[in-house]
Amino acid sequence: MIEAIREAHDVAMAADERVVVFGEDVGFFGGVFRCTAGLQEKYGKSRCFDAPINESGIVGTAIGMAAYGLKPVIEIQFADYVYPAYDQIVSEAARLRHRSNADFTCPLVIRMPTGGGIFGGQTHSQSPEALFTHVSGLKVVMPSNPRDAKGLLLAAISDPDPVIFFEPKRLYNGPFDGHHDKPVESWKSHPLGEVPDGDGIVPLGKAAIRREGAEVTVLAYGTMVFVAEAAAEETGVDAEVIDLRSLMPLDLEAIVASVQKTGRCVIVHEATRTSGFGAELMALVQEHCFYHLEAPVIRVTGWDTPYPHAQEWEYFPGPGRVGEALKKVMED
Amino acid sequence: MTSDTRPLSLNVPEPGCRPGNTPDFSGFEIPRAGAVPRPPVDVDPDAIRDMAFSIVRVLNKDGEAVGDWAGALSTEELHEGLRHMLLLRTFDARMLNAQRQGKTSFYMQHLGEEAVSCAFSRALEPGDMNFPTYRQAGLLIASGYPMVTMMNQIYSNAEDPLHGRQLPIMYSSKEHGFFTISGNLGTQFVQSVGWAMASAISGDTRIAAGWIGDGSTAENDFHAAMVFASTYTAPVVLNIVNNQWAISTFQGIARGGVGTFAARGHGFGIASVRVDGNDYLAVHAVAKWACERARRGHGPTLIEHVTYRAGGHSTSDDPSAYRSRREAAAWPLGDPVERLKKHLIAIGEWSEERHAQAEAEVMDTVRAAQKEAEAIGTLSAGKVPSPRDMFEGVYETMPPHLIRQRQEAGF
Repeated sequence: MIEAIREAHDVAMAADERVVVFGEDVGFFGGVFRCTAGLQEKYGKSRCFDAPINESGIVGTAIGMAAYGLKPVIEIQFADYVYPAYDQIVSEAARLRHRSNADFTCPLVIRMPTGGGIFGGQTHSQSPEALFTHVSGLKVVMPSNPRDAKGLLLAAISDPDPVIFFEPKRLYNGPFDGHHDKPVESWKSHPLGEVPDGDGIVPLGKAAIRREGAEVTVLAYGTMVFVAEAAAEETGVDAEVIDLRSLMPLDLEAIVASVQKTGRCVIVHEATRTSGFGAELMALVQEHCFYHLEAPVIRVTGWDTPYPHAQEWEYFPGPGRVGEALKKVMED
Repeated sequence: MTSDTRPLSLNVPEPGCRPGNTPDFSGFEIPRAGAVPRPPVDVDPDAIRDMAFSIVRVLNKDGEAVGDWAGALSTEELHEGLRHMLLLRTFDARMLNAQRQGKTSFYMQHLGEEAVSCAFSRALEPGDMNFPTYRQAGLLIASGYPMVTMMNQIYSNAEDPLHGRQLPIMYSSKEHGFFTISGNLGTQFVQSVGWAMASAISGDTRIAAGWIGDGSTAENDFHAAMVFASTYTAPVVLNIVNNQWAISTFQGIARGGVGTFAARGHGFGIASVRVDGNDYLAVHAVAKWACERARRGHGPTLIEHVTYRAGGHSTSDDPSAYRSRREAAAWPLGDPVERLKKHLIAIGEWSEERHAQAEAEVMDTVRAAQKEAEAIGTLSAGKVPSPRDMFEGVYETMPPHLIRQRQEAGF
């Protein structure tokens, strides 16, 4: 997935000289996760460079660049580090177009590795997507595989509005189904690890059905997609797993069509539960599918605690917990 | 712990003068006009560190323009400058009244600070970009932005270019080099650096000007702007308008123990200058110097405009609750309009009669614009933007959920 993200940058930078890339360690070194490796050498220091450790400065200068007419693609080293930039994102990037009546706009992509499963503790594991889906004017994207990562990132870069682009860091090096005790699998052996050449995009706002099923719909995104697939296989429940890919805009049609078909729904995310994006999904399912539901909707999420270090796998909503939810929703 | 160690206590700075006290600016050091030399634009910031502790002044107490920084403006330009300041002052007075009459919700005036934005504007080239705060409308007035459009925005009427979405006076005009005002504090300062970096990345020749108040220099955005401007030698002029008061909080709370706000630039290796913000000629000369410096690739300049907010912070503020009513009159740098007027009279290019006539003409211009704007509508009457409009422009293309909400709202 790292290579797919790097490739998307490369394609966009080659096609449009207004695309500039910067962030902490992204220049000479190519990023702590190597997602921008080689870009400085290829496109020069004025189009790919290191930034001071100041997230609000990185986002704030990027907003100024976007207002000028460039297309900044910036990296926040970990999603956990984005909070100092929250004012710039919420009060500024998200609102330039509306408050100036499009006199100024903000075509800006803010990438950040998200989620746990790497023993990152409370400051390298968080999933703060709901803090951004709650903000009008932002788009929020989270791919679950290399193919989508490239296509969605290219779509985000060509989008005229600011996009928050979450990269599940546990998926950087391979599909991960939550069985942390098993050997790490590489993307090489997975069909979604095959990334097409060229500048093809995956449109924002379109979900993908990862596993077709008739009994229950599982709404998931990012790391949880493979966990949900594994839970379905292991429990034998005929679950339809939907990878949302884009949380804002959201593919409500795909959700409604599936839940109306199956009559049951389990929502899975790694982020904390209360006021998480799952709450929004649950509300939408209730509003649009109430008369089709045969059981209460269940959420499987991270607990409402800081992301722990030693207790990582007790926090992480793994295939065991998702499987229990699948069985319960079938019994209800 | 030794036996003579006493309990610690917290230092909370206080201004010298609160309501009921006699204003005392005797501790405020003001160099004589013409005393600060004008360095070359490519000067090493280290060589002018003393400029952060002095004040560039051109107009002396007799209204004469003296020293290295004088002589940059023609008589015609000075006349125009005076007219801009009068326009802004009159515009402010009329809009303040309009707010009292319920024609809009809110207003912020520039009283006492007119020279800062009016004179600075003259130093920029077309295509340059300001990232202003809410107290730089002189940038628009001096660059010929239509006054009636400003009023339409203040009234949030049907011709408001921002369609009623933004608070009064939070203008936006890319065409006039005026970035959309946010309404929160400090965010624009670091954005101006980003815009300037983009100009440099693009091999352009345009520069940016960032603006911030004395109080908001305490915000992280100020620090971020200074770091980025310094690191990338951004072609930007960073302006601190020190008008002594952040609502009720005197400048010492944001400034802390450091000597001046301008001195903050030293830690970043940024050329840092203080200027008499009530001296139209000095503001213009320093702005011109800093803009040339940026445009020639010599990097950023931090300018502290030393001025005084003679009015309230906004229409929601009553300054008599926290400072002496006599403080504005005691402010030692005087009034910018009076000082430029005195200068023009001193050089034989103006008179009391011509001034009175100019004031009357300006009043007519503002009244005519106001009549035109009010014929369209105000916040309380006439044609207003469509409620449908609040759903527009959140994104370039309206996403399905907003279309559904707009339908639900009945628009």
